[in-house]
Amino acid sequence: MGGEVIHALRDVSLQINTGECVAVMGPSGSGKSTLMNLIGALDVPTRGDLVVGGLNLSHQESDTLAGFRNHTIGFVFQQFNLLPRTSALENVKLPLFYSREPEPDDANARAIECLELVGLSDRMDHDPTQLSGGQQQRVAIARALANKPSVILADEPTGALDTKTSVEILDLFRKLNDSGITVIVVTHDPEVAAVTNRNLLFRDGRIVDDLGTGHG
Amino acid sequence: MAELLMTLVQGMGRQAALDLWKTTGIALVALRLNAMRSFLTMLGIIIGIASVIVMVSVSSGSKSEIERAIDQLGSNMLNIRPGTSTTGGRHGGAGSAAPFTEKDIKRLREKFVFLDGISGSVSSSAAVVYGNRNWTTGVIGIHTDYINVRQWVIEQGRNFSDREIRSGGKVALVGQAIIENLFDGSSPIGERIRIKNVPFTVIGVLQEKGESSFGRSRDDVIFIPISTARMRVSGRSTRSNPDMVGNIYLTVDPALDIDNAEQELVEFMRELRKLSPGAQDDFSVRNYSEFIRARNETSATLGLLLAATAAIALVVGGIGIMNIMLVSVTERTREIGLRLALGARRKDILMQFLVEAVTLCLIGSFFGVVIGLGAGEMINRFSEISVLLNVPIIFIAIGSAAFVGIFFGYYPARKASVMNPIDALRYE
Repeated sequence: MGGEVIHALRDVSLQINTGECVAVMGPSGSGKSTLMNLIGALDVPTRGDLVVGGLNLSHQESDTLAGFRNHTIGFVFQQFNLLPRTSALENVKLPLFYSREPEPDDANARAIECLELVGLSDRMDHDPTQLSGGQQQRVAIARALANKPSVILADEPTGALDTKTSVEILDLFRKLNDSGITVIVVTHDPEVAAVTNRNLLFRDGRIVDDLGTGHG
Repeated sequence: MAELLMTLVQGMGRQAALDLWKTTGIALVALRLNAMRSFLTMLGIIIGIASVIVMVSVSSGSKSEIERAIDQLGSNMLNIRPGTSTTGGRHGGAGSAAPFTEKDIKRLREKFVFLDGISGSVSSSAAVVYGNRNWTTGVIGIHTDYINVRQWVIEQGRNFSDREIRSGGKVALVGQAIIENLFDGSSPIGERIRIKNVPFTVIGVLQEKGESSFGRSRDDVIFIPISTARMRVSGRSTRSNPDMVGNIYLTVDPALDIDNAEQELVEFMRELRKLSPGAQDDFSVRNYSEFIRARNETSATLGLLLAATAAIALVVGGIGIMNIMLVSVTERTREIGLRLALGARRKDILMQFLVEAVTLCLIGSFFGVVIGLGAGEMINRFSEISVLLNVPIIFIAIGSAAFVGIFFGYYPARKASVMNPIDALRYE
């Protein structure tokens, strides 16, 4: 829009290994959201290379990126972003519709499986409005899991939840991480950072701290 | 648009059919969530489609009416009747000019090799008696060719022989209405009837013709030889003109151009009737099919007017669709962002909104078809305009609705599909 070019991220060199559980922290505007958008292929870098799961995301067709988001990434948002007036089950099936792989019956089975995994199999016919915040976020996590992604990208997943519910959601992330899924969480919340193995601190588009059991 | 066509062309695989089915499901859910808005948006399409149905019904109705009328009259038939005489600047009434004669018919037959048939006629109305019943009907004196020229069919019995025509035979051909009214439906062949107290033998029965386009029964008629009609029935055989003929009907070889034939006929008739150059015709030649066509140009104009109305209604309806789809796309920006994040390709989003617009139009067209057919039926029942309802109309209507949906839905759908996922997800 404006004439000025803003570099949200610069000189970032980062490797996250499969199976890590990473918290990305930093003040607003520090570039942590941009990092998430890049890893999730919602945005492409102006310069540099970004390789996720062997695919260089820097130079890809939009359909390839869509396929990548669909198969490799599971997004979890602060505001849950469930489709209104649509049952939990249908919400979870949404990524399966775009992957086109499972037959309709399999898609149903898979969605139910995911809802069981987050402990909501008894609520699958409920609309989002009939669910609590924590339950809605669980549905969103089930949706993120539908296509068996290798990476879960969560943007302030506990930002709209109370402390008790936050703990439950974080437990769920830990459980998923234990099963081998890479979990990357953007957060302000030190509670979240406390349960991850690795914490990245961003300021002004650069990594200023990288703490944890990973590559510290 | 090319992108869309590609999608459609690739699209006839099983997977694509399944996708389309699911996408239609999504569209139906979205439309139901805003049921009232969807219905109001559809109104334009409903009205447009209903008027398409009525328009096509009315114009195909009047077209088939014209064809039927021309068919009944014969498209190659000409009629010559005496016109207005002009004596010293004073116009007489219609038919005031000298009547035609047998000699005229003879000359015409000799002169025009292209004639298929020619016959004079002498019409009158008379009371007809059979046993103790009587019935007043039209009695027409004719030559043998009349039957063919006017496209009658003798259902039973035979036509007049030339001898009967020449010698004033007391024989008659009767129409279906006569059989009903005088003979109670039983066969009248060989029966004797009295026309103006003259006994006639029925030798043939005419096949039913139904009503004329003016609504009169044409089956209420008796044909007798023209000579007999002059002498015994019409009382129009005068000493000065013993061979008078009221009207002349003739058919032209169908391979020839009827307008040219008409022209030649007029010139020859002027010669026959010794009109000086510049004088007005004292006879008129009528080309019936032309006459009917002219009469029905009105309904063609009406059809055109309705077509314009239907087109305008559809365009207005389409604009309504586009408007509401733009609103819907804006309202659902976050949903679009979410779908993109979950792996929807741009063409998936394009299809989703396009299918939604088309679904809206198709549902609208369904109601439009129902209302249009209902209106057509009402017009048919309660007015003089004839309406022809047929199946292709329904496909035309549904096709045009789908076209409106694609045409006016494309822009909003395209707008949805090119959104930036990050901005869309953040949209409040």
